[in-house]
Amino acid sequence: MSEVERQALWLSLRVASLATLFTLPFALALAVALARGRWRGKTLLESVVNLPLVLPPVVIGYLLLVAFGRQGPIGRWLYDWLGVSLVFSFRGAVLAASVMALPLMVRAIRQAVDAVDTGLEAAARTLGASRMDAFWNVTLPLTAPGLLSGAVLGFASSLGEFGATITFVSNVPGQTQTLPLAIYSALQSPDGEAAAARLVLLAIALAFAALALSTWSHRRLQRWMRSST
Amino acid sequence: MTLDISVRMPRGALHIEAEVSAPARGITCLIGRSGAGKSSVLLAACGLLRPAAGRIRLDGDALFDSERGIDLPPHARRLGVVFQDGRLFPHRSVRGNLLFGARRAPARAAGPGFDEVVELLGLGALLSRPSHSLSGGERQRVALARALLMRPRALLMDEPLASLDPARRAELLHYFAALPHRLSIPILYVTHQMDEVMRLADRAVLMADGRVAAAGPALDLLSDLTLTPHLGRFEAGAVLAGQVSEQLGEWQLTVVSVAGQRVTVPAIPGAAVGASVRLRVRARDVAVQPAPQPSSASNQLAATVLRVIEREGEHDRPYAAVELALRGGAQAAAGERLWALVTRRSVQQLALVPGRACVATFKAVAVEGRAAAVIDEA
Repeated sequence: MSEVERQALWLSLRVASLATLFTLPFALALAVALARGRWRGKTLLESVVNLPLVLPPVVIGYLLLVAFGRQGPIGRWLYDWLGVSLVFSFRGAVLAASVMALPLMVRAIRQAVDAVDTGLEAAARTLGASRMDAFWNVTLPLTAPGLLSGAVLGFASSLGEFGATITFVSNVPGQTQTLPLAIYSALQSPDGEAAAARLVLLAIALAFAALALSTWSHRRLQRWMRSST
Repeated sequence: MTLDISVRMPRGALHIEAEVSAPARGITCLIGRSGAGKSSVLLAACGLLRPAAGRIRLDGDALFDSERGIDLPPHARRLGVVFQDGRLFPHRSVRGNLLFGARRAPARAAGPGFDEVVELLGLGALLSRPSHSLSGGERQRVALARALLMRPRALLMDEPLASLDPARRAELLHYFAALPHRLSIPILYVTHQMDEVMRLADRAVLMADGRVAAAGPALDLLSDLTLTPHLGRFEAGAVLAGQVSEQLGEWQLTVVSVAGQRVTVPAIPGAAVGASVRLRVRARDVAVQPAPQPSSASNQLAATVLRVIEREGEHDRPYAAVELALRGGAQAAAGERLWALVTRRSVQQLALVPGRACVATFKAVAVEGRAAAVIDEA
């Protein structure tokens, strides 16, 4: 493996893992709010969450640039108060991947929350569990397979994220150049065909590894749920 | 300790306005047709449904009071609930389900211990089983044990047998019937199955169209002819209460002593001599004659006419309902009275007027199967 390949692979793994971990709590909160909540503005929030699914990724990247750029409303605040800049940086790549993964994760988790029988939560309440207690000890464990599916989907989508990333944080080797961006760069250079092919093989291997990991963890989870007391 | 529920609330097209109370001794059955509002009252009591107005008190302790702005959340009410569908947590083993409530119970609360409850409900062999692998009857036993282990201040059961087959029902009824011996907390049991009421109820509250139509000792309600229209498919009749006095094994018959008289019925399974039983006799199965005479009808009981009801509402009909006391006139307690459905012509020909002595007859076969229930094993 060349230095460029190793760098792209490592960066992809880091971006995808961090984006998944970072997005998971938000996705869970949104999924619960959308599945269980009855409040005004729910449909609006649902539409906003789903925007990355229906908009071209380039548009999402552009919107991120507008909001989180040095002059953007959020970007300026982040820079002034925390000294953090997202543009052209690894953090920005994570943010782009997160935003793109969010709707997929919310969908998967929401389905799982919808499938939990609210009667079980009611039973837990009568058995002395407060609302939070019932959520942590009944709803959340029963949602676990959905959380795992959501995480796997989010991870996979982050590995493949291209449009929003290249628009928002450009294509900086070692900073924002994940595997798809590295393949794109290789294809742009005159004699990069061979390099691109090697990167493509790497991407395929990574995909298989991620699938195997997801199957394994699903099995572990099933076994855990069956044996827990 | 008494559970007093007095609530008003809209529920779809139904307006519920009900006062229900359950004393600490025995089982109070909340009965009535489906859609009468029984389950809503139970859900309001445990805090899963908020009434528009009213009061829910347990031994004077307010769980809900719309005037004083009190509305304890379900987990603070500490009422054990057994739902129709069990609602076991599928991600926990039987033991995990049992401990869910037990771990959240206040340490000082009185109640049966883990081993005692496991033994009482025969759950020893099931403890490590995943809860989704249980049969329907096992699920309901675990659900009941789980509710008992949270050391509840009252026990509420919402048609807990509705989804079970007859054999499982009979098995569970046996466990339910034993509860009042172990617990001295109010037990409110919602059902529309009259055989469950016959077997379990000490008191009964009848609901119809969101309101309480009648409340009182179960025997009185079950023998009240005017309530029959509210009882669904339950035919008009009366319930006799007595003790098994003799087993005629050779004939597969059981003799029950009711008000000092011998009532012969087909052998009652599981009823030893001395056991308390209830017998349901339909009004249409009872005939009245002036004096004893040879007959294939096994039961010829000395009786006194208490009253004769000839009309139902505005309409004349061919029949009259005659209430008969099996013990000297008005002294006859609930459980010592029969209803006979006879033609109005017979009433006139036999001169059946209140106070008239006569003989009530019915065949043994009239009290078959679910019409007989063992209340208390000897």
